Order: sequence, then C-alpha cells, then structure tokens
Amino acid sequence: MDNRAKINIKNLNFYYHDHQAIKDVSLDIKYNEIYAIFGPANSGTTTILKAINRMCDLIPGTRTEGEILLDGKDIRSPDFNITELRRRVGIVFEEPVPLPMSIFDNIAYGPRMSGIKNKVVLAERVENSLRMAVLWDEVKDKLHSPALRLSGGQQQRLCIARILALEPEVIMLDRPCAALDPISTFQIEESLKLLKERFTIIIVPHNIQQAARVADRAGFMLMGTLVEEGDTDQMFVNPREQKTSDYITGRFG
Amino acid sequence: MRISPKKSQIIAKTLIWAVAVIVILLLIFIMAYILVKGLPTLSWQFLSEVPRDMGRSGGILSTIVSTLLVTVVAVVVATPLGVGTAFYLTEYTREGRVTRIIRFCAGALAAIPSIVYGLFGFIFFVIYLKLGWSVISGGLTLGVMILPTIIRTSEDAIRAVHPMYRDVSYSLGGTKWQTIVGAVAPSALPGIITGVILGIGRCVAETAAVILTAGSALRMPTSLFSPARTMAVHFYILAREGISMERAYGTAALLIVFILIINVAANILLNKFVAKGR
Repeated sequence: MDNRAKINIKNLNFYYHDHQAIKDVSLDIKYNEIYAIFGPANSGTTTILKAINRMCDLIPGTRTEGEILLDGKDIRSPDFNITELRRRVGIVFEEPVPLPMSIFDNIAYGPRMSGIKNKVVLAERVENSLRMAVLWDEVKDKLHSPALRLSGGQQQRLCIARILALEPEVIMLDRPCAALDPISTFQIEESLKLLKERFTIIIVPHNIQQAARVADRAGFMLMGTLVEEGDTDQMFVNPREQKTSDYITGRFG
Repeated sequence: MRISPKKSQIIAKTLIWAVAVIVILLLIFIMAYILVKGLPTLSWQFLSEVPRDMGRSGGILSTIVSTLLVTVVAVVVATPLGVGTAFYLTEYTREGRVTRIIRFCAGALAAIPSIVYGLFGFIFFVIYLKLGWSVISGGLTLGVMILPTIIRTSEDAIRAVHPMYRDVSYSLGGTKWQTIVGAVAPSALPGIITGVILGIGRCVAETAAVILTAGSALRMPTSLFSPARTMAVHFYILAREGISMERAYGTAALLIVFILIINVAANILLNKFVAKGR
C-alpha cells in the first residue's frame, strides 16, 4: 500500500443554514485503501462524502469551511473543474437509482458526457466496468433491456459499474448495502476488496460489522465530530476512546 | 337520525358510481349523436373537394388544410416557448418573486376566455402587425392561447422527475445542460407531450379566437398569409347561418375523429417511448 495521502481533509466545517453538521474534522485517506467513515445517523458521515466531491454545492443554504486536498490540490479553489472532480471522485448513493434507460446506456452515461462517442471504446468501457463490479455474467445477454428491471442488488452493482466507467481515482459509497440482502451485500463487499487494488475507496457502512469486514482504516464520527480514527484491526478490538467502545459494543446507537 | 358506518359506506359508493355512470353515458351520448348524424355525410367527395356555394355542396378540403396549418403554426410557436419557460422555472431559477409572477400570469392567461385572445390577436397581429386575417395571425393567436397549458403541464412533468436523477447525472460528471438533456428531459417528455396534445386539441376545436384572426374565407389557403376558415369555424357558420345542418354535423364528426386519432396515436407513441426505459 502506498502511504501517501490521496485525500487530505483539514479542519473541515460544514453548515446547513445554522446547523453545523461537521465540526473541525481532519483526516487523511491513503492511496488504495478502503477507509470507512462510520457512526450513528446524522453524524455527518454522508455530508463528508458530499463535501469531497462537492455534491453538497447543489444543496441551497450550505457552507463549507476548511480545506480538502485531492493529490495536494484544493478542490474548492475556483480553477478546480467541478465536473472533472466528480469524474475523478465518484459516488454511489444509498438508494440505487438506475436512470430510466437500458443497462448499457446507464453505464455509458458518464463516458458519453465526458465526450466519448466512439462505439468500440464505449462498449469496452461498459464491459470492463460491469466485469469489475461483478455484474457482467448476469447481464451480458440483456445489455439493452431497461436497467430498472434488475433486482436491488444488481441495481446497486450497476451503480458501482456506472462509477467505474468514469475511470475514477476515488470511489465513495454511501451505505451501499443498506437495502440489500446478505448475499448481495457479500457480492458487493467482495468486489470492493478487488477494486481497492486500483482505486481508493471511502465507504460509509450501514453497520459496524461491515466496516470491520471491509475497511483497512476507519474513522468514528459522532454528532459531526471525528471521535477516533485508526486501523480497523486495532480500532474494533481495542478502541482508544470510551465513546467508540460504547458505540461498537452497542451501548448506544 | 344516525346512519351506521356500513350504510353510509354503501350510500357513498352508490352515489359515486351513479355520478361516474351519468358522466360516461353523457359523453358517449354526445359523441354517438354527432357521429350518427355526421358520419353518413362523410364521403370521399366531402373530404377531397373544396366547398362550393358557401358550403352547401362540394367538400371541406380547404377547411381541413386550414385547420392543420393554423394548428401547426400554433404548436411550433408555443411548444419551444412553453417548454423553455417550464425548464427555466424548474431548473434555472430558485423559487421567489419572479417565479411567482410568471406562474400567476400563466394561471391568469389560462383562465381568459378564448374570445379575448381573439380580440387581442385581431388588434395585435391582424391590425397592428398588418398580418391581416391569415393563417399566421390565427396560428400565433392560438399559440399564445395554448402557451399557459403547455407551461403548466411541462412544469408539472419536470417537477415529477425523480429528484435523484439529477444527483446521479451530476455525480457522473454531468454539467447542468447535460443533466437536463440527458436525465431530466427524457423522463419529463411523456408529460410534456401530453400538454402539447391538449394544446393541439384546443387549437383544432377553437372557433372564437380563429374567426377574429384567420377570418372565414372558404378558399384554399395558398400561403401562411392567406385568410383561412378552419373546420370548427366552418361548422359554426354552417349551423348558425342555417346553410346546411347535415354538413355541419359531417364536419363536426370528422373533427371528433381527428381528435380521437391524435389522442390514440400520441398514446401509442408515448407507450413505446416509456417502454424503452422500463
């Protein structure tokens, strides 16, 4: 594993109107690791993801303070191209939302918007992405049928494939398995472990066990504050903070 | 007297059923009446010849052509304006004073009787712009008339698009325009088309606004600047001036058939389009 930081978050504060959702959070995410940001509901976990690829800019009444560096460059500086940022840092939402078009068109959507028109290149991108998301074998014969007909687990892998087709550097997943059955969850977790060879992955898991299963390192968020972070092995066996220990052992949640 | 819940349930159900049946019967009766009275008049000659002797003999071809031309002008003018306004209201501006004013105006325009549009078209297009009684004056007037309908239905359709579609498109590196074209518009299209079809229906059926702006000349229009008599105006004149009730019913029946065809065709198109995504 490369030890340099892919993303540095420095003293990040985030506000929805008067409510401060993130309080002075600093953390580094390294190349090719799976980093889990976990915590109870409304802890600011999702907000951090949305701040990293500036999806939060779309929500009126929000304000960001602090620095987020991608490969050492400030993503909030005016000369940082926002659509390029979102291509480099892809996000998979909690609810799988296929666009109402075919499987192929869903995956090709991002590449097409970046200006790729060549059919051979597109077909290659679609196949590679679907293979990486471990969905290819299930859909290769029906690429042109509507994506909305897929099962929930397949739809979520489609959403992952859709991000992969952008050839991103970082993949962020927001509770990707919250609505899925254990088998689909297992399939997605397995594909994440393969994907970290090529990408940096940030995941907000829907439960602590998932963080423990897939993540190399993790950060525990509570009420907008980063309580503790560290290697998952150490953190889940021997947390430093009492609050982390209480949350992991289920004293609150 | 107290009515038990069970009884009130039965009474309510019966009443609602009765209302529905009455309305459906009424509609079927009107349609059937006009079709029964009018269809026997329809013949190849009636469809393919221009009217003669003020419409007492000959056919109604020139009025069919006029209706088509006027409607096409109206739709071509009103659709881009209306759909554009709807996208502006939903995607390019935050809710505020401006959107409220535009919406209020559109609402008010929708409630104005068509004869007022006719008067406006007569003063503005016919006289002030010197377009005369013509296809173009009639079409533009009808375009203004159906604009509020198209704005309203398009806006509703765009608002009904799954909000996550926008987030998904942005998250895949889409710009605002790419998001509107690629993710929002395709989902809103069925609703937008429904609005346009409603507009077409109103254009085809309109009398008051057209008679004041396109005139009632029976000759075949040769250009957009020729005066024209649409089918609705034609049967209005046939009936009012007692020229030929038979032919008035024939024209009305054809109008109904046209509107049915437009609706059915649009439905088929829409289903085909929607089926692609689902």
